[in-house]
Amino acid sequence: MSTPATPLWEVFIRSRSGLAHRHVGSVHAADATLAMQAARDVYTRRGEGLSVWIVPSNAIIASDPADKEMMFEPTASKIYRHPTFYEVPDEVGHM
Amino acid sequence: MTTTITVAATPLARLALARADDALILGHRLSEWCGHAPILEEDLSLANIALDLIGQARSLYTLAGAVTGHTEDQLAYLRDERQFSNLLLVEQPNGDFALTIARLFLYSAYIDPYWRALGATDSALSDIAAKAEKESGYHLRHSAEWLIRLGDGTEESHRRAQSALDRLFPFTAEMFDPLPDDVAIDPADWTAEVDTILTHATLTRPSPAWQHNGGRAGRHTEHLGHLLAEMQHLQRTHPGATW
Amino acid sequence: MYSQGLNQSDPSSAHTSPEAARFQARIDAEDKIEPNDWMPEAYRRTLIRQISQHAHSEIVGMLPEGNWITRAPSLRRKAALLAKVQDEGGHGLYLYAAAETLGASREELVDQLLAGKAKYSSIFNYPTLTWADIGAIGWLVDGAAIMNQIPLCRCSFGPYARAMIRVCKEESFHQRQGYEIMLTLCRGTPAQKAMAQDALDRWWWPCLMMFGPPDSASQHSDTSMQWKIKRFTNDGLRQKFIDATVPQGLHLGLAFPDPDMRQNAATGHWEHGAIDWDEFKRVVAGGGFCAAERLEARRKAHDAGAWVRDAAAAHAAKRAARQAANPRIAA
Repeated sequence: MSTPATPLWEVFIRSRSGLAHRHVGSVHAADATLAMQAARDVYTRRGEGLSVWIVPSNAIIASDPADKEMMFEPTASKIYRHPTFYEVPDEVGHM
Repeated sequence: MTTTITVAATPLARLALARADDALILGHRLSEWCGHAPILEEDLSLANIALDLIGQARSLYTLAGAVTGHTEDQLAYLRDERQFSNLLLVEQPNGDFALTIARLFLYSAYIDPYWRALGATDSALSDIAAKAEKESGYHLRHSAEWLIRLGDGTEESHRRAQSALDRLFPFTAEMFDPLPDDVAIDPADWTAEVDTILTHATLTRPSPAWQHNGGRAGRHTEHLGHLLAEMQHLQRTHPGATW
Repeated sequence: MYSQGLNQSDPSSAHTSPEAARFQARIDAEDKIEPNDWMPEAYRRTLIRQISQHAHSEIVGMLPEGNWITRAPSLRRKAALLAKVQDEGGHGLYLYAAAETLGASREELVDQLLAGKAKYSSIFNYPTLTWADIGAIGWLVDGAAIMNQIPLCRCSFGPYARAMIRVCKEESFHQRQGYEIMLTLCRGTPAQKAMAQDALDRWWWPCLMMFGPPDSASQHSDTSMQWKIKRFTNDGLRQKFIDATVPQGLHLGLAFPDPDMRQNAATGHWEHGAIDWDEFKRVVAGGGFCAAERLEARRKAHDAGAWVRDAAAAHAAKRAARQAANPRIAA
């Protein structure tokens, strides 16, 4: 007697002008219009948002956790990408 | 101790009370869905709309009460059925989801342009109207989108949506009965808005042989008395108590 | 709202694989586990069960308080109560979504609830008889829930922890609105004060039971502790709740229905009398006063809503078909 699954949507909200949209959660809805209204009604009840994005959850392509080392570890040794790698005398001031 | 109150009807108080009663009774009806909606997301949506309407009612009662010398709660909880001047449309029981949506849609298609027109005047209600208009715009959109889905969904949902419209249409002309010092909404504009959505919804606008009215004069359907008995029971049982 | 009493982990199976060792090491280092990460099957099952039971509790929890929305005695109270019960629906929604990241679907979880196969917090099988019960639920039941839920914000499973952070933030008004109702009643007429006392009398013991059986009788918290799904013992949280709540009740001028309750001068803790664990077992086993009607109400809403969900799905399919047939028009 299981009901057919209603599509899942991921919800992203811009909380203030100037900030990026941030993932806040998800909703179920049959189509994009209902998903947008559900996102508004579920996730902006306390003035949390000025703009909403919704994305079908199955449209998100995620990196594989099994690839974590290959994907993200090689960057750890590139310390010359960070400002603290370089020495600037104190008397030169902030740079 | 105050039990039942009677309100001296100045034109402003009559207008504010009529609009407040509409908002409270419809908000109350929608709040009955809380915890019982067909979809969890929709449970939250209906509660949001109910909260908007209860908020509008509170502002309007406060305004009316400033004229008549009452608090918002005295006006909501201590008037009898014959003193409530809400539309018959909004007191109709929730029925199924189609009836709830159709009722909200027919009312919102009237009240949304009404608040916009009123907000542009220098009426004592203009500030309330300017805030309410943003809420009613969403109520109209939400109910219209659902009506389209129900009308153009399955055979069963189409049948239920059409029968909800048939059931409610005889209560729609009352919305256009004039109130004192009020702005008028052209029924033809309302009909055009309703027709646009009904076309998308593949639903037919009913042409009822007659229309009911009487709500503005306190002559209600039998449903309002039960709603008020439930809503007012604590205030009536403990006269003068603070909650 | 939530019951610690629902915490039950599957008995830990083989923890000897290298993955299992790495997994436990991450947990020990306070790293968060995310849905696609490797996890022991028992961890996944335990979380799906706990999070979904937590979600069910929120949804069923809408019913006893919803019972008073149409009878709230002032417009201010009506709006606050409706907003609060609506929040609980939202919390159920966040929690179902967290469980879904583990591969369960909301439909399947809801079906388990409706089939009577899933548990929810036993507190919601008690009836709300007077307006004061709404105050007592906010003050005591939400107060107990907060004790349980704050540690869950640091739970090892990322989606659950994030959902709980949102829930805790939103719930901060719930307990205050309940206490304010109690305060107003206690300052009101004698009939109102009696109503408040009666509510405390009926809700106090069930609230203490919300934390679950005493640690001495609890068989399964070790694994949950080891996995950092649970961080405090039942008795520890119960004591914390009592110590926080008793002074609040005394401030109201109410008496706790426990003749053996007294403050231990040495430790400062409030010590309680014997809890009727037979009642707890009966309610958890389905013998709660309102158990049958709570499930009935959920089933009724679910069944009555089936045609609406079907209509939305059918309309979405029609729209998609129209758009596919003529991509240049908006469906």
